[in-house]
Amino acid sequence: MTRTSLRLREGAIKLLLQGCALLSIVVTLGIVWVLFTQSIPFFRHVAATEFLFGTRWAPLLTPQSFGILPLLCGTTLIAGGALLLAIPIGVATAVYLSEYAPPAVRQVAKPVLEVLAGVPTVVFGYFALLFVTPYVLRPLFPSTEIFNAASAAIVVAIMVIPTISSLCDDALRAVPRSLREAGFALAATRLEVSTRVVLPAAMSGVVASVLLAFARAIGETMAVSIAAGASPTLTLNPLRSVQTMTAYIVQVAKGDAPADSVEYDSIFAVGLVLFLMTFLINVAAQRVLARFREAYE
Amino acid sequence: MSAGAALRESAVPQRTTLAPGQTPDADVVEPIVRVDQLTIRYGDFEAIKRVCLDIPPRRVTAIIGPSGCGKSSLLRAMNRMNDFVPGVRVEGAVIFNGQNVYAAECDPVELRRRVGMVFQRPNPFPKSIFRNVAWAAQMNGYRGDINELVEQSLRRAALWDEVKDKLSLSALALSGGQQQRLCIARAIALQPEVLLMDEPCSALDPIATARIEDLIDQLKSQYTVVLVTHNMQQAARVSDRTAFMYMGELVEVDQTNLIFTRPGNPRTQDYITGRFG
Repeated sequence: MTRTSLRLREGAIKLLLQGCALLSIVVTLGIVWVLFTQSIPFFRHVAATEFLFGTRWAPLLTPQSFGILPLLCGTTLIAGGALLLAIPIGVATAVYLSEYAPPAVRQVAKPVLEVLAGVPTVVFGYFALLFVTPYVLRPLFPSTEIFNAASAAIVVAIMVIPTISSLCDDALRAVPRSLREAGFALAATRLEVSTRVVLPAAMSGVVASVLLAFARAIGETMAVSIAAGASPTLTLNPLRSVQTMTAYIVQVAKGDAPADSVEYDSIFAVGLVLFLMTFLINVAAQRVLARFREAYE
Repeated sequence: MSAGAALRESAVPQRTTLAPGQTPDADVVEPIVRVDQLTIRYGDFEAIKRVCLDIPPRRVTAIIGPSGCGKSSLLRAMNRMNDFVPGVRVEGAVIFNGQNVYAAECDPVELRRRVGMVFQRPNPFPKSIFRNVAWAAQMNGYRGDINELVEQSLRRAALWDEVKDKLSLSALALSGGQQQRLCIARAIALQPEVLLMDEPCSALDPIATARIEDLIDQLKSQYTVVLVTHNMQQAARVSDRTAFMYMGELVEVDQTNLIFTRPGNPRTQDYITGRFG
């Protein structure tokens, strides 16, 4: 091959790679564009203040009401509750696998745990409805409604624990052995080395795993619709039925709302809020990380 | 009865090879650490073979020998850092202050509080300079003035003047030589009795090495130092006693000036004159 054709080929490869990198950026920007433009008609009908601060969400009743707080509350209750359960369990599992478990245990436990992530979410939905609510929650709290936020939060937690534990485990194991040795040589116990040397050093990986779990929890639709029901309620009581933003979007999209109706337009506005919420939490997490991370190199 | 105990009865002591007219070091009468018929195996590989070695208190003992001779294994047996190597088996004893550190009732965490260690590559925590020094002391329930302890430890490690204005900076911002002195400060903040140093200068430039060597010389007024090095000049410069190891065996141990001027064993002679290794 001549020198010129080699150079041409190099140039073509670089273009191809650039194109792939551009693609995801273009798609992201496209999504933002669609969300913004499609929600404009909605905000012609409903004032932004009413949308953001209204406490009643009743798009299918008359009079219609579009206060997003009940949906926001339902989403926060379920995603937040799920992370509250999943972060400690997931991180503890990762610490066990990385710092305590003998190699044989780890080799078996990790793939088994990852299988959990492959269970179809509809199965988790029915697991919540037919097992968690009647056999776990109701015996403990008799006032639990059939559809409730708590059972949804519990199964979403089960769904995201493998994400957290598997990614955390990788992050913990990437911490150099020399740091562990430094800890042990300074008379630290295994627990102290795990939690006060290895875990802080792996914090960026831990936070990344939590963000991914959060994205999954907030976006989870099927299991949550089945377990939590479809009644938008402004409540912090996890034993009540709630509706999340994603569940509402599916309800409208699968229903027979005409394409130019306000309730159809409302799903883009809800989608926009969902997007902004995820975006803000990502930014906040990066800020926190930049401040507290203990990078080892 | 263990194999180690059986060996003890039959083996010929091979600790010292005395030249005619030479007396053993008076220091060794009361060793702070006594390695007794120690054998260490990694799987089938015998890294240390029935080694006996006495470490006198408040002296610098150097362990020299070619790569793979077992000197690091011997050092790491003294604070049980070998425990973390999969498949390691230990026979014999390491007696520290009258107690076998490999006895069931010995707590390795407590042992490591009293026998500190500095590693080949500087390994500061990715925390601030202050936290690096204070970390272990606070964890071990230090009740005194922590600021004073940090300052005192950094002074003893000859680092205070260079870092006193930037204690809250990350330790990783320091140079390699400074990081190694920080690791020494961190180790002495626990006020150990023995300081094990595993080739502490091998990752450093000559100037940083000279500073660490000066420091080792000062440290021996308060601490017992055991120094593993493959740099013979370093052993000659800083140590009071030198042990020569070869192929997992302790060939010879004696006062440093004698080892380097009148070695009792031909293999020692060959090594220090650079004929192998």
